[in-house]
Amino acid sequence: MKEVYEVRMHGRAGQGAKSGSQLLAEAAFKEGKYIQSFPEYGSERRGAPTVSYTKIADKVLKSHEPIVTPDVVMVLDFGIMRSVLVAAGLPDTGILIVNTKVCSAEIKKLAQFNGTLYGVDATGISLELLGMDTPNVPMLGALVKLTGVVKMESLEDVLRAHFLSKIGEEKVQKNISMLHRGYEEVFK
Amino acid sequence: MGVRKAITGAQAAAEAMRQINPDVVVAYPITPQTPIVEEFAKYVADGIVDTEMVPVESEHSAMSATVGAETAGARAMSATSSQGLALMWEVVAATPGLRLPIVMSLVNRALSAPINIHCDHSDVMGVTTVGWIQIFSENAQEVYENTLLAIRVAEDNRVQLPVMVNQDGFITSHAVEPVEIFDDALVQKFVGVRSLDRALLDVEHAKSVGPLVLPNYYFEFKRAQEEAMSKVFEVYHEVGTELSAITGKQYPFFEAYRIDDAEAVVVVLNSAAGTAKAAVDAMRAQGKKVGLLKPILFRPFPYAEVREALKDIPVIGVLDRSMDFGACAPVYSEFRNALWELERRPAMQSYIYGLGGRDIMTTEIEAVFEELLSGKLDPEHQRYIGLRG
Repeated sequence: MKEVYEVRMHGRAGQGAKSGSQLLAEAAFKEGKYIQSFPEYGSERRGAPTVSYTKIADKVLKSHEPIVTPDVVMVLDFGIMRSVLVAAGLPDTGILIVNTKVCSAEIKKLAQFNGTLYGVDATGISLELLGMDTPNVPMLGALVKLTGVVKMESLEDVLRAHFLSKIGEEKVQKNISMLHRGYEEVFK
Repeated sequence: MGVRKAITGAQAAAEAMRQINPDVVVAYPITPQTPIVEEFAKYVADGIVDTEMVPVESEHSAMSATVGAETAGARAMSATSSQGLALMWEVVAATPGLRLPIVMSLVNRALSAPINIHCDHSDVMGVTTVGWIQIFSENAQEVYENTLLAIRVAEDNRVQLPVMVNQDGFITSHAVEPVEIFDDALVQKFVGVRSLDRALLDVEHAKSVGPLVLPNYYFEFKRAQEEAMSKVFEVYHEVGTELSAITGKQYPFFEAYRIDDAEAVVVVLNSAAGTAKAAVDAMRAQGKKVGLLKPILFRPFPYAEVREALKDIPVIGVLDRSMDFGACAPVYSEFRNALWELERRPAMQSYIYGLGGRDIMTTEIEAVFEELLSGKLDPEHQRYIGLRG
């Protein structure tokens, strides 16, 4: 058992890899864990590849290094796999979750990963419920289903705390629905 | 007990500023400092603090206005990074001589050129000779507590000097970590209000500030400034003891981590000290006797205390996140100086790491320890960690 549970999120700027990783960290923090969440910054502009890290542990996290051997990798845009080796450092026993409608042979080939690949149509869910492509929230639902690293209620609380004043109750409810749809609809 | 929050290093600095509730904050946005003033501006807009916030057109103006407010008698703060510090340098260098206890957050970022927004210490190491007190922070929690400590050290009557509270750009400023924020009322009692003894606007006690001082007295002014700097140690200790009553923590000049029986010690500032602790733990688990010394108070530099702490260590590696081109690196230089008086001087090695935000990994620091323990050192040349061939 690793002392630190490590999740790496790859996406494109604007898709919410940074906030997704922070929401996850805050949910774990609510459950009494020690956490770190930080993105890798470049010259950010919408559409550029981004990566964000979440570390969760029962002990104080001393190191500030980026994640090189993740337990889980989440890919918010499968197209990123054409230019970024998303599975780098992910052991075959690890979990790779990709935002995709199907785990096609092409997707599997792009991922360059020998372990089990999971898919969830996070963009479809998000467009259907919110009318916007914000795949990070359904992806977090899928993560909870596959790993149980945090409780769904903790993520719901964190979503509410972050967004209620900004987007109102109706949209918060939609985000919570997106979280649950991701949980239910993740597939191999 | 305080309230635990998941916040960034930048927000931790802003939380400290909220509790300090300064009369004036003047700043100009620059990455990666921007989220400090962004967060603080929300407190101003929401009426949570009473601060007069002054947006200005440049960092030179930011420090000039901070100096003006502080001279008038206000408690004034600022924050900057890298090129911003470089642009305000003229006024930064004047501030200690004016004996103004300004506290400024410095979010460490590499200096141009080439242009780079990421962390290194070339900004702060360019101002260590001008007379500011320099405090370094490993993580967001230390940023918060060091900022509170800084106000009281700066404003103590024996000191009256400005303080920079350093944190690593992005690595600390933009990373979310658990931070314990202590009770507002207790902290506000601790920080108190600035004494108006030296306020220029106290017209009953008229005085001049910033006069022309020619060769007949300039030297004496500077000698007095050095005397004030020498008082920082006792004041820092006293103020730290007071802050301990709230936080339950200690405020030493540096942190000695597992060095008691160490055969090799690494010295490193700020966030990389946390990564070095992880490396020390990993090496100790393998039975290797290694430790870390993390400088916190870097100006004034606690030479005697450092010497005492390291007197029995056979090998020391000093990791610098900036270079002094054509000379020994700045942190390495201080430690070499500090250890000169020892009868049995340790072997030492200088390392450069992390320039322009290059990551530093636990495994790389473990490799440094292995090298130090192997005795294969080259004191004539600095070595480079993670540099591409």
